[in-house]
Amino acid sequence: MNTAFEKTVSRSSQQAFATNKVIKNTYLLLSATLVFSGLMAMLSLYLAVPLWTYTASLIVAMLLGMFVLPRTAESSAGLGVIFAITGLMGFGLGAVISLYLQLPNGPQTVALALGGTGIIFLGLSGYALSSRRDFSFMGGFIFAGMMVMMVAVLANLFLQIPAFQLAIAAGFILVMSGFILFQTSQMIHGGETNYIHATYGLYLSIFNIFISLLQILGIFGDD
Amino acid sequence: MNIWLQIGMAVTIVLMLVFMYPAAKHWLNNSPKANKGDWKAVFIPLALVVAFVAFLILLVRH
Repeated sequence: MNTAFEKTVSRSSQQAFATNKVIKNTYLLLSATLVFSGLMAMLSLYLAVPLWTYTASLIVAMLLGMFVLPRTAESSAGLGVIFAITGLMGFGLGAVISLYLQLPNGPQTVALALGGTGIIFLGLSGYALSSRRDFSFMGGFIFAGMMVMMVAVLANLFLQIPAFQLAIAAGFILVMSGFILFQTSQMIHGGETNYIHATYGLYLSIFNIFISLLQILGIFGDD
Repeated sequence: MNIWLQIGMAVTIVLMLVFMYPAAKHWLNNSPKANKGDWKAVFIPLALVVAFVAFLILLVRH
């Protein structure tokens, strides 16, 4: 009886240790990829790359995320792949930021979008970590929402309607905010055990919130 | 946008939808049921995000 009790305590402490390790590694890797991404954005700003670089970088990063990352995430090669993805996305982002910086209130818009993204991410992640609530019931809602948003992006790629773009940006902020709650709770409750996958998910949500905020603030800030 | 990049992006998004579909189907079928107060715990932070974005819009307009 005592042995069974000891085994249960040992198993749950091992589980807690593994969960804490995933959370710690995820936030460390996320910080490193965000810094690297920022450096790549600065490099592309310095090089004054054309706007098509953003689309090209995004296509390559998405293909790497779909085909290479799942095959390497369980090994150390996954670290190289996640840095390649986030570096490419940061490099592409530089082209968009340089476009916004040329607007009348450009620097203010970029700074507000950057600060706003940081506050939204830290607030939601902090809330999920401190409440320790299980948000896995949102899984269906989040994935269905993401698919709807992707179809909307696909449609507006050809329709090019500014009002629709604004609605897509607002929708992305909501779905990605929900995803931050979902992903953080998955890490806490053992649903996500791979810190490279967790970092990729959180990085994508931060990137999408930043781009969407930039679009919304850019549209509303322009007279 | 260059038409070839536009087509490339469209193909990549379609691929992403195909990749995402099994995960979406899994979560739609197997998501645990929400308990009382669970959705409230989601709507409150999301409402705060909406209010915060509205605040940022006000800041950028003035």
